[in-house]
Amino acid sequence: MTNFIENSGGHFGEFGGCFAPELLQPVLRKVTQTFEKFKTSTTLQSEFNELLRNFAGRPTPIYHAKNYSPKNGAQIWVKREDLLHGGAHKTNNVIGQALIAREMGAKYLIAETGAGQHGIATAMAGAHFNLPVKVFMGAKDVARQQVNVERMRLLGAEVISVDTGSSSLKDAINEAMRYWISHAEDTYYMFGTAAGPHPFPELVARFQRVIGDEARAQILEQTGKLPAQVLACVGGGSNAIGIFQAFLEDKETKLVGVEPAGDNIKHGLTIGRGVTGCLHGSISKVNCDENGQIEESHSISAGLDYPGVSPIHAYLDQLGDAQYVGITDDEAMEALLKFSRCEGIIPALESSHALAEAFKRADKMNADEILMVNLSGRGDKDLHTVFEYLEKS
Amino acid sequence: MNRYQQTFERLKKEDKIAFIPFWMLGDPNPEASLEAVKTIAEQADILELGLPFSDPLADGPTIQAAVNRSLQAGMNTEKCLEQIMIIRADFPEKPIGLLVYLNLVLQYGINRFFTDCKKTGIDSILIPEMPVEEIKLVESAAQENQIDLVFLLSTNTPQDRRQKIYDHSGGFVYTVSKPSITGAKTDLSDDTLALVQELKSQTDLPICVGFGISTPEHIKALKKAGADGAIIGSELINIYQKEGLEALNDFALSCASST
Repeated sequence: MTNFIENSGGHFGEFGGCFAPELLQPVLRKVTQTFEKFKTSTTLQSEFNELLRNFAGRPTPIYHAKNYSPKNGAQIWVKREDLLHGGAHKTNNVIGQALIAREMGAKYLIAETGAGQHGIATAMAGAHFNLPVKVFMGAKDVARQQVNVERMRLLGAEVISVDTGSSSLKDAINEAMRYWISHAEDTYYMFGTAAGPHPFPELVARFQRVIGDEARAQILEQTGKLPAQVLACVGGGSNAIGIFQAFLEDKETKLVGVEPAGDNIKHGLTIGRGVTGCLHGSISKVNCDENGQIEESHSISAGLDYPGVSPIHAYLDQLGDAQYVGITDDEAMEALLKFSRCEGIIPALESSHALAEAFKRADKMNADEILMVNLSGRGDKDLHTVFEYLEKS
Repeated sequence: MNRYQQTFERLKKEDKIAFIPFWMLGDPNPEASLEAVKTIAEQADILELGLPFSDPLADGPTIQAAVNRSLQAGMNTEKCLEQIMIIRADFPEKPIGLLVYLNLVLQYGINRFFTDCKKTGIDSILIPEMPVEEIKLVESAAQENQIDLVFLLSTNTPQDRRQKIYDHSGGFVYTVSKPSITGAKTDLSDDTLALVQELKSQTDLPICVGFGISTPEHIKALKKAGADGAIIGSELINIYQKEGLEALNDFALSCASST
């Protein structure tokens, strides 16, 4: 099962594919070829691993959240991707993709960003590899993630505010794609999640695989057993596929993806309520109206606010190899506050969706069972949103 | 012979190339759109019509704005097909090509979409984000309904893929003037003209050029280079937005007289 992603050629059952305009097909092929080279090159892989270790700070620890775990329920452990350089799992992906970009001879990097974490990670990688960076960000997100915008600028990136469409993440991706169409000769597009046209889903899954590889070895070493369930939040789905992959062959471990249920009316439940469709280069689940017009998603966490999702998750859902559930804005916020106060760790609002679901489940399980949550990022970036929420309620 | 073959045959005899205007259905609203399409259709050899999609990632600002106007006016796939049926009745001989993003086809249902397109008299369909490698998805529906699939081809499309595109294309090859999104541009690059000559030596399919074609001079230059047609979209929309229907008619006339 583990190799189904690598051997897919970009098709995961009826999902995936390379549905990008003709003008991008040549550069996407070049990315695929360069990625194939990475897969067989021990030199490139050791450079990747060395940067993960010394630049990004891997391995990240796992931590037993004893205080957050229910008294007589399952024990919750978290994978500390919040401790990764940059403050989220996004750094794994950008290091890998920056190596691909360098190998391709690209002179410039572009990226889209929602919450700003992938933009920051790309800006960091651009600075490290000495490649100028342009980050496309929805005007709405620029307003609600000001601190991250300043961080990107400090790192030398140019932030381009996108006010087309709904001025959110999906529009930032549209603009980045359009820019890439006209600049594919010397520019590499650092796609932020395991979605988009082939080879991005596979490529991003590969660079995020380290999360699960580490976590599985760590939990076995520290507890002598595998988790009963592994949980991760799903927007585009890169942190979730990153941790899920290592457990795909472990029959005793259930995989649970947590999507944003928003206020239950407006939401980002792409697998939960979406239909099979095509957005941003691959066939997957999408939220759209009956005519096919993409609908705006909603989540209190900018990083999950996306009407599309990785075709790999759509496939895992169809196979029944992973289960996908929803957590509301309120539940996620409650988990963020509780986790901060009882564990001394401020989780990102995105990751707080997975923490909320974990607590619900742990309460009904046995004390000798383990739930592993991917704590995909830290919550410092969300302070503004948290205080605004607290003032309103 | 189908409508495309008849049209290109006729143009060859007349020593002309095809004037192919593009219009976004429903822009600026369904009634005005129908009027605009009928106006340009009078001058057109082939009509290229777009279905509005919320996230048109191959399109520049002009067509994005057209899409927004159309969607805000309540346009959807069924209404677009109804309009095409009216246009078809008025222009029984002219080939009509449809440009549609994949998600609209998927939500309508692939087989149902192609069947209904056939009923309305559509001759070809171009799905801008579907490369020839992914053709399996729609190929049988297209064949069953005898609808040609049109593909984009650009200066950076390598030779092995060009051959695949020729093998699966019907109607014509939609040649992109240079790697860019849609939109009116001021000059036509030498690369594009060279590409036309190169493609003509490789295939018998008609070579039509779009993306960035915006003046009668461009049409003349394409004719000189040996192209079989010129596709103009954004500039028509710009003119209509700025100066209205009469100016649109004048511009279409001057395009048609430059073929």
